[in-house]
Amino acid sequence: MKIVVCVKHVPDASADRVFADDLTVDREGTDGLLSELDEYAVEQALRLAEAGDDVEVVVLTVGPDDATAAIKRALQMGVGSGVHVLDDALHGTDVLGTSTVLAAAVTKAGADLVVCGMSSTDGAMGVLPAMLAERLGWPGATYAGRLEVADGHATIVREDDTARLTVEVDLPAVVSVTDQSGEARYPSMKGILAAKKKPVQTWDLDDLGLDPADVGLGAAWAHVVGAEPRPDRGAGQVVEDRDGSGAGAVLEFLAAGRYA
Amino acid sequence: MPTVLVLATFADAVPSRATLELLTLARRVGDPVVVVLEEVSEAAAAVLAAHGVTRVLSVQDPAFDAYLVAPKSEALTQVVDAVGPALVLLTSSVEGKEVAGRLAVRLGASLVTDAVDLDADGTATKSVFAGGWTTRARGGRDVGVVTVKPNSVTPEPVEGWSPVAVEPVAVTLSDAARGARITARDPRAGSGRPGLTEATVVVSGGRGTGGDFAEVEALADALGGAVGASRAAVDAGWYPHAYQVGQTGTTVSPQLYVAAGISGAIQHRAGMQTSKAVVAINSDGEAPIFALADLGVVGDLHEVLDAVVAGLKADQA
Ligand SMILES: Cc1cc2nc3c(=O)[nH]c(=O)nc-3n(C[C@H](O)[C@H](O)[C@H](O)COP(=O)(O)OP(=O)(O)OC[C@H]3O[C@@H](n4cnc5c(N)ncnc54)[C@H](O)[C@@H]3O)c2cc1C
Ligand SMILES: Cc1cc2nc3c(=O)[nH]c(=O)nc-3n(C[C@H](O)[C@H](O)[C@H](O)COP(=O)(O)OP(=O)(O)OC[C@H]3O[C@@H](n4cnc5c(N)ncnc54)[C@H](O)[C@@H]3O)c2cc1C
Repeated sequence: MKIVVCVKHVPDASADRVFADDLTVDREGTDGLLSELDEYAVEQALRLAEAGDDVEVVVLTVGPDDATAAIKRALQMGVGSGVHVLDDALHGTDVLGTSTVLAAAVTKAGADLVVCGMSSTDGAMGVLPAMLAERLGWPGATYAGRLEVADGHATIVREDDTARLTVEVDLPAVVSVTDQSGEARYPSMKGILAAKKKPVQTWDLDDLGLDPADVGLGAAWAHVVGAEPRPDRGAGQVVEDRDGSGAGAVLEFLAAGRYA
Repeated sequence: MPTVLVLATFADAVPSRATLELLTLARRVGDPVVVVLEEVSEAAAAVLAAHGVTRVLSVQDPAFDAYLVAPKSEALTQVVDAVGPALVLLTSSVEGKEVAGRLAVRLGASLVTDAVDLDADGTATKSVFAGGWTTRARGGRDVGVVTVKPNSVTPEPVEGWSPVAVEPVAVTLSDAARGARITARDPRAGSGRPGLTEATVVVSGGRGTGGDFAEVEALADALGGAVGASRAAVDAGWYPHAYQVGQTGTTVSPQLYVAAGISGAIQHRAGMQTSKAVVAINSDGEAPIFALADLGVVGDLHEVLDAVVAGLKADQA
């Protein structure tokens, strides 16, 4: 079985994240890392590889030069090899374009199972796995809090607002996992050393048979026409609670805003 | 006027508040046509008509409940082909977004998720990077697909409306849409409180509750609100995951958010930062949550909330 794990390289959420002049994310200004939620996807793939014979795990990312850092981290965690889709024409690609590129890369790599995170921590749309499944024409089992794979099918448990669902899909399929699926491991010293020798392939749009005119900022279906930092919320009033003064302030606030 | 197709969601056979919000936004752009993926009663159709809907389409198919997402998206694609809207609006729930994503792929349409506002030309405003930035985005192809977060606008009925007949629509679903079989469904026991995303008030408790949510629940009930929890409270087993607010829980943007015993980690803020007003109660005056609170109280949450609830009851008496 071949598992492809899709991971995104994102600006560190604990630092200041900013937009560049062309209204795309400024990826130079902030340190990037493997999107935190994709670590859970890597973890699930590694667990499947450890539990089964003959399971190969490949990590796949679409992104600029720096995005190799996300691949490296996954290799250090234990993934066997990496694929980096890198092409200048990809700058500013929206989610429609990204799903096209990922679908082409998954097809070229060949996969029985694709594992994604539930959402990136930058675009945070939470839709890419479903869109990838749609493009590939494969079933999608998304937002898995639990994942099991056996005998050519995957079973997931997913919680939504109203119910807990058990969902079954035949492979090949696309799965996305949540942070409820199981803590992700830290790379060991051995893993860090081993990662240096693992193969990483770089593919451009030509390798994927895609036309540069169909992706990137110019071809984006959705155009960002404005981006502004939110005006500082300006920390409001802070009161120390003394002899019930805290509750008094809350009651006044509730009355003033007509919440009560 | 262009047509705007709205995917309505129902709660207990009536249109959800989020749906009425979508209709209010849809009317800025064009004539709203509603599609409902279940049976529509006359009463429900009247509520939709009172919010400016000119057509109500009802699609029913057992596949909607038997399989995950894809059948709904495929059905919606066929409705779009028949109706020819300039814009499709859906609610930003996990399911609404996935239906929208698959629909956008099928239509080759632009997709903007998590909008909080919409202009007359369809330009969507959204809040990104945990609420740190506001962006505006416009679709670049024939049809645009936009998902809107609940609690973005106040639903407004129209003046002078007439009843609308429900038009049943038949769809043909492919085998590919039946790929993800739902083999078990355990409905969550209702809390009797409004749903997290729809509530206009959310009162959340964190690790600081020490596991006792009594005062958090009492304040939520006094304000007719929903209860939320931080991941620390969920991980400790004090509250079910379905109530988690944040990056990997539910995103809420109520009129009022009360954070009790919650420090305000970036992952928590990501899920509540677009709340219109924030009140924080925390014993640590240095807690980061205070940086975005309109009112912060440095104190013990059990004492403060208890006194607030008592004060509200005294006012009502
Ligand atoms: C702040 C912001 C807002 C945006 N809003 C929009 C918008 O409204 N409409 C639009 O069309 N585009 C938007 N984009 C662009 C969009 O984020 C990218 O095209 C993106 O790669 C796909 O969306 P996502 O990151 O939100 O993915 P999500 O759907 O949140 O990601 C889920 C999973 O998909 C996989 N994945 C996502 N991207 C990649 C990648 N590049 N390589 C490998 N795996 C990946 C990962 O497994 C990830 O965990 C936005 C980007 C930013 C930074
Ligand atoms: C991948 C990932 C995803 C995550 N997703 C989420 C998410 O969706 N939602 C989320 O919430 N977190 C999420 N987190 C966790 C997040 O980073 C924080 O750990 C979490 O929000 C902390 O919860 P807390 O504020 O309740 O606990 P703490 O940070 O421990 O804060 C407790 C607060 O309570 C105060 N306190 C203690 N006693 C009292 C008292 N008697 N009265 C008043 N105040 C008191 C303390 O001063 C402290 O500020 C995620 C983390 C990761 C890595």
